[in-house]
Amino acid sequence: MTHDEILAKLHAKFGETFTTSEFRDNRRIIVPAERVYAVLEFLKEQCGFDMLVELGGADYLHYPHATDRYGVWYVLVNTTTGVRLIVKTFTNDPEPTLPSVFALWKGADWMEREVYDMYGVVFDGHPDLRRILLPDEFTAFPLRKDYPMRGRGERHNFPVITRPES
Amino acid sequence: MPLELADAIALPEGPEREYLWTLNFGPQHPATHTTLRIILTLDGETIVKAVPDIGYLHSGFEKLGEHLDYNQYVTIVDRKNYISPVANEIAWFAAVEKLMGIELTPRCKYLRVIFNELMRIHDHLLCCGAAALDLGGFTAFLYAFNQKEKIYDICERAAGQRFHPSYLRVGGLLADVDDIWIDMVRKFVRDFPKAWNDIVRLLNRNRIFIERTKDIGVLSKEDAINLSCTGPIARASGVVRDLRKDEPYLAYRDFDFKVVCAREGDCYARYLVRMEEMLESCKIIHQAIENLPPGPVNVDANSKVTMPNQLAVYRSIEGLIHHFELIMSNRQWHTPVEEVYAAIESPNGELGYYVIADGSGVAYRTRTRPPSFIHFAVFPYLIVGHQISDVVAVLGSLNIIAAELDR
Repeated sequence: MTHDEILAKLHAKFGETFTTSEFRDNRRIIVPAERVYAVLEFLKEQCGFDMLVELGGADYLHYPHATDRYGVWYVLVNTTTGVRLIVKTFTNDPEPTLPSVFALWKGADWMEREVYDMYGVVFDGHPDLRRILLPDEFTAFPLRKDYPMRGRGERHNFPVITRPES
Repeated sequence: MPLELADAIALPEGPEREYLWTLNFGPQHPATHTTLRIILTLDGETIVKAVPDIGYLHSGFEKLGEHLDYNQYVTIVDRKNYISPVANEIAWFAAVEKLMGIELTPRCKYLRVIFNELMRIHDHLLCCGAAALDLGGFTAFLYAFNQKEKIYDICERAAGQRFHPSYLRVGGLLADVDDIWIDMVRKFVRDFPKAWNDIVRLLNRNRIFIERTKDIGVLSKEDAINLSCTGPIARASGVVRDLRKDEPYLAYRDFDFKVVCAREGDCYARYLVRMEEMLESCKIIHQAIENLPPGPVNVDANSKVTMPNQLAVYRSIEGLIHHFELIMSNRQWHTPVEEVYAAIESPNGELGYYVIADGSGVAYRTRTRPPSFIHFAVFPYLIVGHQISDVVAVLGSLNIIAAELDR
């Protein structure tokens, strides 16, 4: 199934609720957050995208001409034909939330946790949404663009536990 | 039997639960090789639940990528999977060059292929050697490291650095290789199959090794796809997917090689796939080094993406300007305001970069798709129901590199 056939199928199912874009060999569809789960489910069940090869996020705070703050992309692969498709969606403050795709691809587990850890995007329906790389006590989301590269002193304010206290 | 999340997370209720005890594995443990921690819940010696706890080596590499320019970031990329540094560089520059629309010279493509395959051998040698070491086979480990040393020497000759060569640049390489380097690679290709055979004769029919790895940590094909596994781990489970064949990048179209697959999906299959892949890589290196095209390694300096050579900088006004334009932090590359995902077949699987560019010489966002991170997420599913001594066998077969895991 080629990209055009997939897009035709998606248009038949979801109408004009999504937009498409293309750059080099990357084919993308941009879906609003409330439809993203339905679109991904359709792509998995009906179009043969059985592998979620990559899930990542970005903060578009200072990006030229950006309208939404947090972007999340899902790179899908059909392991039989090798066709790739990137699904993108956006979410905004104050409560950035997206549906979890853990029910579709178990591989999304840690990747969603990482996006939550770095950007604070909450994935609804994730069974175990905890911080993954940073310590649980960490309060900020360090890959957000308003977080300074050198941190806010977290490293220097680590509590020192003396021997009698331990 | 398909793996369910419940197998990995839910614990029995009631009096049965009192028999369970918790064991902290790592972060400092000789068999984890780097710092990672697993909290094991055990019933006697049988594992009923494993919860990985990672992040001990988190150093903010992706944040640094938003502050270093496209060439500078190569030093950070090197330190992700430090067992195959140049493969990381190739993935990073594949994304950057796709973003800028740069077509490499044939010689550069061939040299990158040679380095990619050397790194594959290097990575697999470490993985197989360390897997044998953890299971008590010390000699195979030494044979593997002896060959690893040769690859370090090859890196040193080309880039001047053994461990973190930082050899690639946008649009080309740091420097062209010389005849001595070519002879070194030729000698490596000639000698490697013999050393490979030594390892194979020690391990492939070794009863202890087979009993420790066969039917341990079985990953079915469906689970491998569903859990986003790529590379040798997916191929050992029967997923026929290799980006070198499926989406031929660089010059892989020119070479004759096989994609190595297995059906069993256990630790032994993963070991065998890695071992066979080394020979295929050796074949590719042989074909590439004997057909190495002449010509420049960098794209034309007039394209304003690559550094002019030293002579041009000192002796011509154009060279000086080109150099200046790329070095000054308020000039540098003119990138499209776009984003791009590019992936290569790194030794561990699909290594991708998602680069968002805002028009300046520094990426707006650099996201790595790290195979170690994704493969370690599979670990809790693989280990449940096995003995505690199988932890090292499964960990060794997944080849987790903590620097890439935590970034």
